[in-house]
Amino acid sequence: MKLDRGVAVVGAGMTKFGRHADLSSRELFVDAFWRALASVDRNFEKKMIQALFLGNFTSDLFEHQGHTAPIMTDWVGLCPAPATRVEGACASGGLAFRTGVMAIASGLYDVVCVGGYEKMTTLPTPAVTDALACASDFFYEAIPGATFPGLYAEMAVAHMKKYGTKWEMLAKISLKDHRNGSLNPLAQFNKSIEDIAKGKGFTDVMQFLTDPKSNPVVAWPLRLFDCSPISDGAAATILVAAERAKEFTDTPVYVIGTGQGSASIGLHDRQDFTTLPSAVEASKQAYKMAGVTPEDIQIAEVHDCFTIAEVIATEDLGFFQKGEGGKAAAEGRTAREGDKPINTSGGLKCKGHPVGASGVAQIYEQFEQLRGAAGGRQVPDVELTLTHNVGGSGSTAVVHIFSRTKP
Amino acid sequence: MAESQPSFSVKSFYDFLGKKKLMGVKCSKCNKLFTPPRPMCPYCGSTKLSWVELKGDGKLATFTVVHVGPSELASETPYIVGVVELDEGPKVSCRITGIDPTKPDLIKLKSPMKADFIIKGEKAVLAFHPAS
Repeated sequence: MKLDRGVAVVGAGMTKFGRHADLSSRELFVDAFWRALASVDRNFEKKMIQALFLGNFTSDLFEHQGHTAPIMTDWVGLCPAPATRVEGACASGGLAFRTGVMAIASGLYDVVCVGGYEKMTTLPTPAVTDALACASDFFYEAIPGATFPGLYAEMAVAHMKKYGTKWEMLAKISLKDHRNGSLNPLAQFNKSIEDIAKGKGFTDVMQFLTDPKSNPVVAWPLRLFDCSPISDGAAATILVAAERAKEFTDTPVYVIGTGQGSASIGLHDRQDFTTLPSAVEASKQAYKMAGVTPEDIQIAEVHDCFTIAEVIATEDLGFFQKGEGGKAAAEGRTAREGDKPINTSGGLKCKGHPVGASGVAQIYEQFEQLRGAAGGRQVPDVELTLTHNVGGSGSTAVVHIFSRTKP
Repeated sequence: MAESQPSFSVKSFYDFLGKKKLMGVKCSKCNKLFTPPRPMCPYCGSTKLSWVELKGDGKLATFTVVHVGPSELASETPYIVGVVELDEGPKVSCRITGIDPTKPDLIKLKSPMKADFIIKGEKAVLAFHPAS
């Protein structure tokens, strides 16, 4: 599989993720869109955008608003440009990005906007839980009582029994996410867990994380701090044909690999609960297209809807041996200073997870990292990065590989 | 597709559950058995299928204890859900009953389970409890 034409990202922006009580997904998208436009270094005009591909899981349930792509296109003044909504549960944003890449690689367009948005905080938490159950097998998992965190908890139980992974390793991942996210002004949570614990009168952060009131169990063994939050937010990117990238910036970010996979929606139809075959498939395709190996990837944004998902992701992507992802994280290898920094943005856990926006926000983080603009989170000399965006409990996965160098 | 049998659908599966029957589907082309039902064999793609009643015996494949439940189950938390691998091969997602949800460390994977049916009015839910 190869792209007939190269694609580059020349602009990216996102809103702060969190609770935006006064803003609907429309206002959030307009904010992200203008930030993406403003981030393009030169010669860009809004009217150059020929099509929009927008990730949105379910404004239908969250805002009673379907058919959102043309609304966003109208709200940024770009009708009658083609406007397409892409849905793949939590992979909606990454899928929208892949769709935009394919649209340019096909030769049909030179310039597209890829965005993502979700407005989750209007509904009370039980209603949000119900909406998120749509990403599971409603008939055969949700009806017997499985919740979305419950499915990842089932994966955690399997991983712990099979590989000896301990909850304390998952806790280290949450700590790492917040240390990164506290340096991300756009993250939903801006404090390290150590500081949050101190603020609540705990001098020992592990005592805080094992306190049933401070960190209650959501679905055993996953606790509150193992779970990404409910968030509002939007992100947007500007993609152009690679041969035109230098018109707009001296530092484009080239898409050198894209991959996508699917898998059964129910965990009961999987052979092994400790891996996501869709992600393994997606990453194989992306690595092959890019001509790189897992060892070559310097930093990665992976889909940590729950801490265990980050463990599984780093194994599926080939960064660590099967079963070693928890240990590697506990040893500090995935910290910014480690040999394989994972989720420098703070991850979904700390940055937030407005479902349709997350896949695009991962790409925003790497756009900044590859251009040396990630501020306090900057990892030195970043040249080659990877994003991994998953839908549901793994029925969809999308992987992209980015490089500073034109292929 | 065989017209004389109930459709290989979600509705049929739950109608059978309501009658306390755990049903699977056998493919007459490749002889494989699968559940939940589908109108097309997931192994060979054939539509030459027939319903089979399953024994209801299996082993616990994984589980979790749900503390934050959906609205309609909020009053039942904490409760256990999981996946059971049936003796016949396929796996099913189900409620797990008869085990203390406050002691998840004591729950052993691969422990033998027996099918149960939670029936509330018109609604049936598949459950398993420890076999002994």
